[in-house]
Amino acid sequence: MATTPSTPAPKINRIGLSVLEYKGGKTTLCAGCGHNAISERIIDAMYEMGVKPERVAKLSGIGCSSKSPAYFMSRSHSFNSVHGRMPSVATGAMLANRSLLALGVSGDGDSASIGIGQFVHLMRRNLPMIYIIEDNGVYGLTKGQFSATADVGSKLKTGVVNDLPAIDTCALAIELGATFVGRSFSGDKRQLHSMLKAAISHRGTVMLDVISPCVTFNDHDGSTKSYKYMKDHEEPLQDINFVPHFEEIDVEYDPGATIEVTMHDGSRLRLRKLEEGYDPTHRIDAIHRLLEAHEKHEVLTGVFYVDPKAPSFLDLLNMTDEPLATLPESVTRPSREVLEQCMEELR
Amino acid sequence: MVGPTIIGPEEFAQAGYDYASANLKKQDPFRIARLDKTAGKIIIDGNSAAALGCMFAGVTVVTWYPITPSSSLVETLIDYMKEHRIGPDGKATFAIVQAEDELAAIGMVIGGGWAGARSMTATAGPGISLMAEFSGLAYYTEVPGVIWDIQRVGPSTGLPTRTSQGDILSTAFLSHGDTKNILLIPSSASECFDMAQDAFNLAEQFQTLIFVMSDLDLGMNNWMSDPFKYPETPINRGKVLSKEDLERLGGFARYKDVDGDGIGYRTLPGTDHPGAAYFARGSGHNEKSQYSERPDDFERNMERINRKFETVRSFVPRPEVVSADKSKIGIIAYGTSHWAIIESRDQLSREYQCETDYLRLRAYPFTREVHEFIEKHERVYVVEQNRDAQMLSLLKLDVRPELITRLRSVSHIHGLPLDARSVTDEIMTMEGK
Repeated sequence: MATTPSTPAPKINRIGLSVLEYKGGKTTLCAGCGHNAISERIIDAMYEMGVKPERVAKLSGIGCSSKSPAYFMSRSHSFNSVHGRMPSVATGAMLANRSLLALGVSGDGDSASIGIGQFVHLMRRNLPMIYIIEDNGVYGLTKGQFSATADVGSKLKTGVVNDLPAIDTCALAIELGATFVGRSFSGDKRQLHSMLKAAISHRGTVMLDVISPCVTFNDHDGSTKSYKYMKDHEEPLQDINFVPHFEEIDVEYDPGATIEVTMHDGSRLRLRKLEEGYDPTHRIDAIHRLLEAHEKHEVLTGVFYVDPKAPSFLDLLNMTDEPLATLPESVTRPSREVLEQCMEELR
Repeated sequence: MVGPTIIGPEEFAQAGYDYASANLKKQDPFRIARLDKTAGKIIIDGNSAAALGCMFAGVTVVTWYPITPSSSLVETLIDYMKEHRIGPDGKATFAIVQAEDELAAIGMVIGGGWAGARSMTATAGPGISLMAEFSGLAYYTEVPGVIWDIQRVGPSTGLPTRTSQGDILSTAFLSHGDTKNILLIPSSASECFDMAQDAFNLAEQFQTLIFVMSDLDLGMNNWMSDPFKYPETPINRGKVLSKEDLERLGGFARYKDVDGDGIGYRTLPGTDHPGAAYFARGSGHNEKSQYSERPDDFERNMERINRKFETVRSFVPRPEVVSADKSKIGIIAYGTSHWAIIESRDQLSREYQCETDYLRLRAYPFTREVHEFIEKHERVYVVEQNRDAQMLSLLKLDVRPELITRLRSVSHIHGLPLDARSVTDEIMTMEGK
């Protein structure tokens, strides 16, 4: 009798997919680029949350960051659009099909410079989507010019010093109405992983600014977006623990030291305070703390603000539950009688 | 002495009527009789007609940024949709979003079209200019959408409350690189309604933007019209592969010309099949929508997209050939110029015994009839409401070189609706009379 060699069963997630089903094409970004690490975290988070890849729509603008959707989740539709204008494309896609999980990947140039107009209006609409800024402070594809998130005093390899203030996309997003706002670091595997999983269970705009060093143009001494600078200056606000809705809660927590936020889908976001008194459900405090961090030259990371209950843009539109894209003609074309009625009113 | 009596307007009118009946003798030969020329007609402006048309064409995503003279199109549409497109669950079967600018408006149209909605926006010249980059994205990634351009006088802010046909050339080639767009050109309220059906069907069938070139005169002024006819042809959603199609086929290549008409098959995000996804990108791509810088991939793809433009010539609304065999002189016009041409041809005939033939364009790219019309005439006057003979320029690109000299421009740019006398005088001057 023939025997089959015993191979370990491949690990699968709760919808029966292996992590390989979440992979993308081979990256063409530089070795060591922070963006590649972020792609890996997205793959892990989507896999662990058991998100069906077919439900995800990946969207991006132009830049190194915006190329990266090709390097994860090949089974998801993707639209690499124009520079700085991905938010409008994402908005249209979500209007057409509200059942999609929209994941936007942008960069600091794409969002904070050419795309600032669409960025602010996306935040203000609280459109359900995850919006990631892969933030390295420079334009990589055009060989290393400063972007609008570069800090005052940050120095390029050529010696040029930035003397204009950085736009804090997190403070801006909170002020404008985004309902889940945080900052992380591509090198902080654990924190980014938890934040992405929480992002998946949020219904509203998630804005994550992820510091993602550019190894080619902005990873030297004098840069405030280098691996070294981040290791020396990162100040995490909380220790983040995420308990998905489909998992048993087996660990007790101390309510004095931890804030628990129940997400839209019932998942729990537990933020163990590393800093006394910080409350991420308080908008004004969040903005205050971010401005303070700039004064102190700290790179604050963590979940700055979360409001899982605010109505999203799609709620406000009172749209029917079925995606507009697939509504049949019997629903989208009114009857002959309606036209006759309209004509009668115009006689 | 008795003081003046104060009376109301009706009494006043009656007193005048009574006085005239008693004291004035009728001296002219005219009699007034009630006619029934308006029986059954409706009164409507072109923007409202377009709005109705879009609702019956099954539009689901509408985005806009307010701009004269297009705002009333969407505002009327909002009213109609709220009345007639709310489902039995009390929820909207559509989404209408006022965007932050025209860039966002067209971006949302493209996102919506990519994800499978019937998407549209309405704008005017300055908005068209802002939409240039996105127009190229839609052309090259092959995403459907409908853009209504209610033309006003440019360049720049121009005369925002005056009418024009000045966006023809810029819209036909809106964007950098080899971008070419399909234009539909209504002349009347009922054509605004009918062309809304054509626009959405063509957009999805050809997977590209369709620009409907109305103007301020048509869009904002009231017109008498026959009642609109209910669309008899079913909505055409184009080549979209479902989950079942993919199971049967095993897979697909987004930009492959399977049928020889240049049009590939697409899938919508959310299609529940592991092989459904493709990567839409404005950068160079091959048949499978993979990034490619290979010269042969690029060339083949651009040639295929061009084939769609050739194919669509048989599908766009044909011109109205009012007469073709009466004269050596032909007139070509389009849009609201039509109404002046009707009167001008009468003037030419009655006052100058100059018979003319007439073709009214309804779309770009041009169809066979346009070429035939030019072939048949020694001189063809192209009447349009812009300075630079924009439609004539497009004709020059399309007709056989030896026919180009037959084309003469009659242009009109002062911003008021075209009048017949201007056309008549200019044609007669050029005819040497």
